[in-house]
Amino acid sequence: MKNAAKKIYIALIVLFLYAPIGTLMVLSFNASKTRAKWGGFSLQWYIALFQNEEILRALFNTLVIALVSSLFATVIGTIACIAMTGMKRQAKSILMGITNIPMLNADIVTGVSLMLLYISLGIRFGMGTILLSHITFNIPYVILSVMPRMKQLNPSTFEAALDLGSSPLNAFFKVVFPDLLPGILSGFLMAFTMSLDDFIITHFTKGVGVDTLSTKIYTEIKKGIKPEMYALSSLIFVIVLTLLILINLSPDKKEKELRYGGKNEKK
Amino acid sequence: MTSKKNWLSVPYLFWSGLFIIVPLGMVVYYGLTDRTGAFTLENITAIASAGHAKALRLSLLLSLISTVICFLLAYPLAMILAQVQVRRHNFIILIFILPMWMNFLLRTLAWQTLLEKNGVINHVLTFLHLPTLKIINTPAAIILGMVYNFLPFMILPLYNALAKIDPNVINAAHDLGAGHIHTFFRIILPLSIPGIISGITMVFIPALTTFVISSLLGGGKILLIGDVIDLEFTKTSNWHLGSGLSMVLMIFILVNMVLSAIFDKDGEGSML
Amino acid sequence: MRKNKKSFGKITFALAVSFTAVSLCGCASSDKGVNGQVIVYNWGEYIDPETIRMFEEETGIKVIYDEFETNESMYPKVESGAVAYDIACPSDYMISRMIENGMLSEINYNNMPNAKENIGEQYYEQSCGFDPENKYAIPYCWGTVGILYNKTMVDEPITRWEQLWDKKYADNILMQDSVRDAFMVAEKRNGDSMNTLDLTELTAAKNLLIEQKPLVQAYVVDQVRDKMIGGEAAIGVIYSGEAIYTQKENPDLVYVIPEEGTNIWIDAWVILKNAPNKENAEKFIDFMCRADIALMNFDYITYSTPNVAARELIEDESIKNSEIAFPDLSQYENLETYVYLGEDGDSLYNELWKEVKAH
Repeated sequence: MKNAAKKIYIALIVLFLYAPIGTLMVLSFNASKTRAKWGGFSLQWYIALFQNEEILRALFNTLVIALVSSLFATVIGTIACIAMTGMKRQAKSILMGITNIPMLNADIVTGVSLMLLYISLGIRFGMGTILLSHITFNIPYVILSVMPRMKQLNPSTFEAALDLGSSPLNAFFKVVFPDLLPGILSGFLMAFTMSLDDFIITHFTKGVGVDTLSTKIYTEIKKGIKPEMYALSSLIFVIVLTLLILINLSPDKKEKELRYGGKNEKK
Repeated sequence: MTSKKNWLSVPYLFWSGLFIIVPLGMVVYYGLTDRTGAFTLENITAIASAGHAKALRLSLLLSLISTVICFLLAYPLAMILAQVQVRRHNFIILIFILPMWMNFLLRTLAWQTLLEKNGVINHVLTFLHLPTLKIINTPAAIILGMVYNFLPFMILPLYNALAKIDPNVINAAHDLGAGHIHTFFRIILPLSIPGIISGITMVFIPALTTFVISSLLGGGKILLIGDVIDLEFTKTSNWHLGSGLSMVLMIFILVNMVLSAIFDKDGEGSML
Repeated sequence: MRKNKKSFGKITFALAVSFTAVSLCGCASSDKGVNGQVIVYNWGEYIDPETIRMFEEETGIKVIYDEFETNESMYPKVESGAVAYDIACPSDYMISRMIENGMLSEINYNNMPNAKENIGEQYYEQSCGFDPENKYAIPYCWGTVGILYNKTMVDEPITRWEQLWDKKYADNILMQDSVRDAFMVAEKRNGDSMNTLDLTELTAAKNLLIEQKPLVQAYVVDQVRDKMIGGEAAIGVIYSGEAIYTQKENPDLVYVIPEEGTNIWIDAWVILKNAPNKENAEKFIDFMCRADIALMNFDYITYSTPNVAARELIEDESIKNSEIAFPDLSQYENLETYVYLGEDGDSLYNELWKEVKAH
C-alpha cells in the first residue's frame, strides 16, 4: 500500500515533467503548420527537417559548442578544484563565491556583461565568443560537482604514491583522477546540458550568421515555431532516451553486490 | 593537499577575473553612469519607482511561492528516490535531467498549448464535463511554469544530500527509540541542509530573474523584474537603467551567497 | 561505486560524441564566395531564403544573414560595431534615428536600376517622412496596423479602436506588446497624434490603456497570428502583413483599418556607413528590388510590397487587388508614420508603458 503510494507519487511528478514533451511530440506529427490547429497525422515535418539546411547547421553548431565548451570547462574546473584544496579557507570561499556568480546571476546580465566585455576588447563576435561565454557559465557546474569528490579524497594516497617514487603527474592520474572521475563526468554532463539549453547568453554573444538551436527557436517563437523544430526536438529526445535505456539495461550486478549488498534491503 | 599546487589556480583565477569580474565591473560602471557618462545613482534608486517596485515585489512573491512548492514536491520525492537501489542512481539523475535536452523555450511554449483557453487540458476537461481551467495569463500559470522549469534543480541536490545519509545512522536512531517523525526532524532534515540550501538557491534565483516564463505564460500582463531588465536591454536599449536594476538583483545573490556560506560551511554545493 | 559511475560517464560521452558525429555529416563549410561577401541584418522570417540562394548563385557573392526581433535590439548591435554589417532593414522611425546619428551611407541610384524603376513613386514620397530626400532608404515592405476579428465571435462588425474597450469582449482581446503600437491605439482613439509628446495627451492614453488592461487576454507580438487562427481570442491588433496569412488559415477572420486612423509603416533597406562591402550591398538591394524576386518575397512573407512591377506580376486577382495588402490610402483619414521621438521622448513613453504593464 505504502509502496504503491510512493510509486504513484513518482509517476505523477514524472508525468508533470514529461507532459509538455509529450505535447511537443504530438505537435511534430501535426499536418497543420500552426500550433493552434490539428490538421491530421503527418510525417512531413520529419522529411522537411532533413532538407532544412539552416536547422541542421544550427544543430551542428549547438552540439559543437556544447561539446567543446563543456570539455574546456571540465578541464579548467577540475584544475581549479585541485588548486582550491591547497588554498586558505578564506581565499577558497571567496573564489567559490565568484564561481557561483555566473550560475546565480540573471542570464541576461551575464549575457550583456560578456557582450560589453567583447566589445571593449574588440573581439569579433562569432563562434569564438559563444564558446568563451559557454565555458564561463559551464565552469561552476563542473566545480560544484567535482568539489564534493575532492573532499572525500584521502590526501595520503597521493603522498603515498609520491613516496613510492611516482612522478606527481603520474600519481595524479593514477591515484587522484580515478576518484574524481565520477564528479568530473557528472559535471561534464551538467555543463553539456546547460550549454544545450542556453539561449539568452548565446543570444547576446553570438556573431552574425552563427545560430544555435536555441537562438533559432527564440527568433521563431515570435513568428510561430516551424514544426520542423518540434520534429527535431522529438528526435533528439527519443534518441537520448533510447541510448539511456540501452546503457542502463546492461547491468553491473557484481559490483553492486560487492559494495552495496544488503544496504538497500533494510528500507 | 600540498601548497605546491598554487600555480594550478592560475588558469581559473585568470579566467574568472576576465570573464566574471571584469564584465561585472562593466555592469556596475553602466549602472552608475547615465547616457553622458556622468556618475549617477538614479539607475539604482529607480527600483523604488512605482512600476519597478511593484515588479520586484511580485517577482519576489512568485519566486518564493514557486520555491516553496518545489521544495514540498521535491523533498518527499527525493526521500523515496534515495531508498531506491544505488545501481539506479545514474538513471534517476538522468530521468530528471533529460527534459532539459528538449529546449527550454519549446517546453514552456508547450505549456501554453496545454493551458490555453482552447488548449489540450481544457479539451479533456470539457470532454469529461468538468469545469474548464482558467489559469493561462495569470500569476498561477507563471508559478506553474517556474515550478516546472526549476523543479529538477530542487530534486537533484535534495536527492544527493539524502542519498548520502548513511542508513545506519537512521537505523541507530530507530534502535534508540526515536519515532519516524522524531528521526526525520532530528536526523534526516538536518543532514540534508546543504542540499536544501543549494536546492533553494537553484530555484529561487532563476525564478526571481526569469522573463521568458512570464512573457510566455503570463500573456505579457504580468510584469516581473526580469521583464523590466529585458525590456531595458532589448527593447528600449537603456542599458544604464538595465544595469542599475541588475545591480539591485545582485544584492539578492549576495545575500544568498552569505547564507550558503553560513549553512554550508564546507563550501560544497551538492548539485550532483 | 566508482565503476558504476563510470558507466554513467560512458552514457554522457556516448551521447555527446554520437550527437556531434551525427550532425557533422551533411554540414557544408561556410567559405567566402568568389566575389566576396555581404552581411545582411534583417527582421526574423522576413525574406524567402530561396532568393538569397539565387542571389549567391547569380553573383557569386556569399550572403551572411543575421536576424533581429525589434528595431530597438537591432540599433545597439549596429551602433556598437561588434559586427560590421553592410545592410540593415529597420523601420521608418529607426531610420530617421540612424540618419540623425550619421550611421547610414548615401544610396547611389545609378548602381541600382531596379530600385529606381520598380519601387512605386508614392512609396518614395511616403518615406520622405523619415528620409526627406530619399538619400538613404529603399522601401522593402510596408503596411498598416489594424484590427483582426473573428466574425463568429462578435455580434457586430468591428470598425473602431474604441470597441477594444467594450466590456463584452473581456478576455477576448489581444493587444500588441510594444510601447509605440500600444500607445498608438489609445492615442488614435483619443484623436491625438501617435507621435505626441504632450504630457496630458500621454497621461490620457496611459489611463485608457490601464482601464483596458482587465479586458485584455494577453499582450503579444507575433503570436496574435497563431492565437487568432486557433480561435483563442475574438479581436486582435495585428500588422496587415500577417492578416493575409491568417485569413488563409481561418476564413472567419476579418481585417479592418479602424476609422480613427492608424499607423502606416515602411521597412526599408539601408546601407551602413561603415559597410565593408558597399558594392555588394548595392547589388544585393538591387537584386531584392527585381520584380520576380520581390514577388517571391511577397508570396513568402505576405507583407505588402512597394514594388509596383512585382505587384503587376501577381496572378491571383483577389490578392493583387486585396484591400488588405494594397489598401487605397486616400480613403483613410489620420494615417501617420512613427517619427523618432529622441532619447527623452523614448524614455517617457517607456516609463508610461511600464506603469501600464505593472498595473
